[in-house]
Amino acid sequence: MGGFRGPALSTETYRIAIVGSGPGGLSAAAHAAKLGVSHVLLERADHLSDTIYKYQRGKFVMSTPDILPLRSDVTFAAGKREAILGNWDRQIAELKTNVRYKSDVVEIKKAEGVFNIRLADGDTVQAENVVLAIGLQGNLNKLTCPGGDLPLVQYQLDDPGEYEAETIVVIGAGDAGVENAVALAKQNSVVIINREAEFARVKQGNLTLILNAIEKGDIQCYYNAEPARVEPNAIILNTADGEARVPCDRIIARIGASAPRKFVESCGIKFPNADRSALPEVSSTYESNVPGLYIVGALGGYPLIKQAMNQGLEVVEYILGNKLAPADEPLLQRKFAGLGGADVDAIIAEARGAIPVFASLNPLLLRETLLESDVHVLKKDAIVFKRNDYTSSFFTIMRGSVGIQINALDPSVVVTLPTGAFFGEMGLISGRRRSATAVATSDCVLLETPRRTMLKLIKSVDSVRRTLDQTAIMRQVQTHLAPGVSVADLRPMVETVELKRYKPGDVIFNQGDKGDDMHLIRAGSCTVSMRVGGRDIVLSYVPSGNYIGEMALLSDAPRSATVKAAHATETIRIQGDAFKALLDSQPALKAKVEAKFRQRIMQNEQMQRRPEAGNIIQFLIEQGVGEGTDVLLIDESLCVHCDNCEKACAETHKGISRLDREAGPSFANIHVPTSCRHCEHPHCMSDCPPNAIHRAPDGEVFIDDSCIGCGNCERNCPYGVIQLASPPEEKFNLFSWLLFGKGPGPGEEMAYEELKYAGKPHADKQKRAVKCDMCKDIDGGASCVRACPTGAAMRVSPEEFMSVALLG
Amino acid sequence: MRESILIYRNHLYLKLAALVSLVATTAYVWHTPFERPNGGTWLGYTLGVVAGGLMIWLAWFGVRKRKYGIGKLRLEDWLSAHVYMGLALAIVATLHAGFQLNWNVHSALYVLMMIVIISGIVGVYFYIRFPIMLTENRRGMTAEVMLTQITDLDREIRQLAMGLDDATNAAVLKASQETIVGTTLFSQLRGFDEDCETTQARRFVEDSEGSGESTSRRQLLTRLVRKEELLKRIRRDVQLRCLLKTWLICHVPFSVAALMALAVHVVTVFYYW
Repeated sequence: MGGFRGPALSTETYRIAIVGSGPGGLSAAAHAAKLGVSHVLLERADHLSDTIYKYQRGKFVMSTPDILPLRSDVTFAAGKREAILGNWDRQIAELKTNVRYKSDVVEIKKAEGVFNIRLADGDTVQAENVVLAIGLQGNLNKLTCPGGDLPLVQYQLDDPGEYEAETIVVIGAGDAGVENAVALAKQNSVVIINREAEFARVKQGNLTLILNAIEKGDIQCYYNAEPARVEPNAIILNTADGEARVPCDRIIARIGASAPRKFVESCGIKFPNADRSALPEVSSTYESNVPGLYIVGALGGYPLIKQAMNQGLEVVEYILGNKLAPADEPLLQRKFAGLGGADVDAIIAEARGAIPVFASLNPLLLRETLLESDVHVLKKDAIVFKRNDYTSSFFTIMRGSVGIQINALDPSVVVTLPTGAFFGEMGLISGRRRSATAVATSDCVLLETPRRTMLKLIKSVDSVRRTLDQTAIMRQVQTHLAPGVSVADLRPMVETVELKRYKPGDVIFNQGDKGDDMHLIRAGSCTVSMRVGGRDIVLSYVPSGNYIGEMALLSDAPRSATVKAAHATETIRIQGDAFKALLDSQPALKAKVEAKFRQRIMQNEQMQRRPEAGNIIQFLIEQGVGEGTDVLLIDESLCVHCDNCEKACAETHKGISRLDREAGPSFANIHVPTSCRHCEHPHCMSDCPPNAIHRAPDGEVFIDDSCIGCGNCERNCPYGVIQLASPPEEKFNLFSWLLFGKGPGPGEEMAYEELKYAGKPHADKQKRAVKCDMCKDIDGGASCVRACPTGAAMRVSPEEFMSVALLG
Repeated sequence: MRESILIYRNHLYLKLAALVSLVATTAYVWHTPFERPNGGTWLGYTLGVVAGGLMIWLAWFGVRKRKYGIGKLRLEDWLSAHVYMGLALAIVATLHAGFQLNWNVHSALYVLMMIVIISGIVGVYFYIRFPIMLTENRRGMTAEVMLTQITDLDREIRQLAMGLDDATNAAVLKASQETIVGTTLFSQLRGFDEDCETTQARRFVEDSEGSGESTSRRQLLTRLVRKEELLKRIRRDVQLRCLLKTWLICHVPFSVAALMALAVHVVTVFYYW
């Protein structure tokens, strides 16, 4: 049938009825309309896509995952809420889609092969197939306490700018609650209610925002508090100290959404378990356990707009009995092109069969992982990566074998890894340089999975984490503690180890403790300090790949020093007895460990006599230099404050300096300016929606052109070295400035006035995140250091600054 | 920790400059012209070309300093070479002139050039000494932090004064409103101000000791003393940084003037040949 707007006639039986006009539903309806299939799209509200309609005004909607192509008859690209909604309205109308607004579905019952869909207004719609595209946001969790239905309570915030000089209570410590609270705090007095003792569920960027706002007093927070009841102009909270009354003008409750379980179950659909967040299971054609009843989008577990839209088109094809390869099929085909033309399914099956780490992934997850991985077809003797490269991706061997050159001095010492094995996990875990060179020992096919994808897998799939940890621990022990000892000899000790995680400042062990274990640092770094004359003297900085705590073990004495995590640190804890047993059976290793022991005693002696060097280490650790890999320091005994470093930075980066020389703390002669340290595990990388932040093989952390300017990295960086900036205007050349005073000079930005008269105000341009990239695209190293006339600016790695500190 | 520009690369540029000076001096001593040595002999012309070339190269530093991200050498190399070659220029140019000075454009060039070189020597002193003096004076704080501390102190001071008599109040208010750092070039370079409003207020409170409310008065006094101390350090900071800037303001225009005089010198020499 063609289409007409307005109420559908209830006598007709449609081929497809689609419930919900979110991205999934409207894409399905549009496709049905285009194919001329009889259909109806039932929408509860009087407009399309109510969830997005209710986003904050002007919100930037993202189109992740970028790599996935959109397959729909309506278009969608990242952009402002208004633009996206306008676009959909227009296209749905153009396709003559049959939309029935204000149609709240209350019941779906199947009788004699036809679904009877009862609406709230009493009408009934009949259809052969039903697509449930209702998402989760239509079923917001409501306040259940008395007074939860009073008019001052709302569950949505359209435009935070609408409210002014009100006292607003935000309930809920998730992302939505935090975003609302922060936006409202600009012109209102805001109180946020957190049921827990911390904000554990929010994105890192939002965490920084809310904690800063609370610390500055912009937002007041009640922790461990729950609403007890609501009064017409106040809310009563149950807190740890009893009831608290918070007078307010408005309450915004953002306490999540869940599957409208009752309704879904009433349709005959089963849930796998009783968990509140459980979602119904669907087949690979999105069909539920009720034949003819399909589920797409968030309700089926795919919350992203693009995924839902693709599923909308696909489900219509499946209903019509057509076969359709998934949207990512051409991408995978291209990816596997070098593998001799086998089809995608066969290759996925081969990967699953050959690679044990991936064997336990479900088909969709494996597909996604492969989609994000690169396939390398290598000839014998090709180099995969070199020792000291700064890459952090993870490799698995699909065909052939790879040799790891474990000895830096003798490349002929090679451990060969067979098909199915993985390598590169040490760089992934420690964030440091590759500890060995990997070479193809036969013609081989490798899968290279990016760090981010692997971290996601490790977090979400237990079996991946377990497999990875077991192998990684053995290899780390073998590389850093006991080189040359066979796996068989190490196994008894490795079986007793456990992984320990420490937050910055956590004590790993205290001076004077009984020492019955030792730690191998696998990620992060530690400081060793000793209490002398009533104060702590830092003796050394120990980066990952080193072990600590062996001194007490070897001498059977109490701990001689305190070891603290300098930042987030992971260690492998080794039982003392097992380690001693290993030493007894390995005389060569014992000699080596004892030699290191003597060296440490000597170093500790030296450092105790020079507390000022320890103070400098302590200071630099406090500034977070310890987790950096390349840090800009300024020797204040040489710096003439000419700011040429800043100007050089601005000039090499199109006018925007990524460094603030004057800002930042100083100690003794060392100044730590505000400038990127290229952290081992960059905080900025942790939540970048377009995955635009990378680490180059030489270690530079940089942002590429795919940045969307969301600001997450700026918020996530604890050192404030990332800023959002509009791309600058072209400037006049040096001589017109030098001789005729034209335009801004080196290192200066075009003044706003100059831009305004040129008709180019800043604000029109999309801002992007900028940060130091260590001038990786220029020969000769970082401009700041090269442009320092007195040699005060220097770039050092933490291992080096130990020596710098010692020299000082 | 790091070495200064004077000993940079194990005195590489000192050695180069010494070599240039030594060759020039040896040639000068060895050369016996018919008349007394001057710029008109073959050696005079040679030394003149070298000296002129050096001047232009030295002035190029101003451009090189602002060319970022190019060249194999660091700016530190350039500055170290700039310093030593500038000193060598004094010798080469003097030899070129054959120790003759008169009231003419040629000598004007010589004088201008020597002003630039001497100001350069002063600059080197500034560059070596001031960083340490600045750092010591700041004691780990930035100028901004010091100013913020003063603002905080001011607030406390005004609050304390509220509970005291009108005269004290007026003196303290004047101190917080009229204390000034810098403004004119002269006051910036001076680096201290014994008649500073804060000092006056401090003296006033000191003198009025014993007129009741002794606890708040003492608290007020300690804060005023602390503020005075901070002001002293800020003024010193401003002075040092201002000296570094004004020094450059002398060095650069004179070098431009010297370059112009060089052009006049060369034109007149060839015109009257």
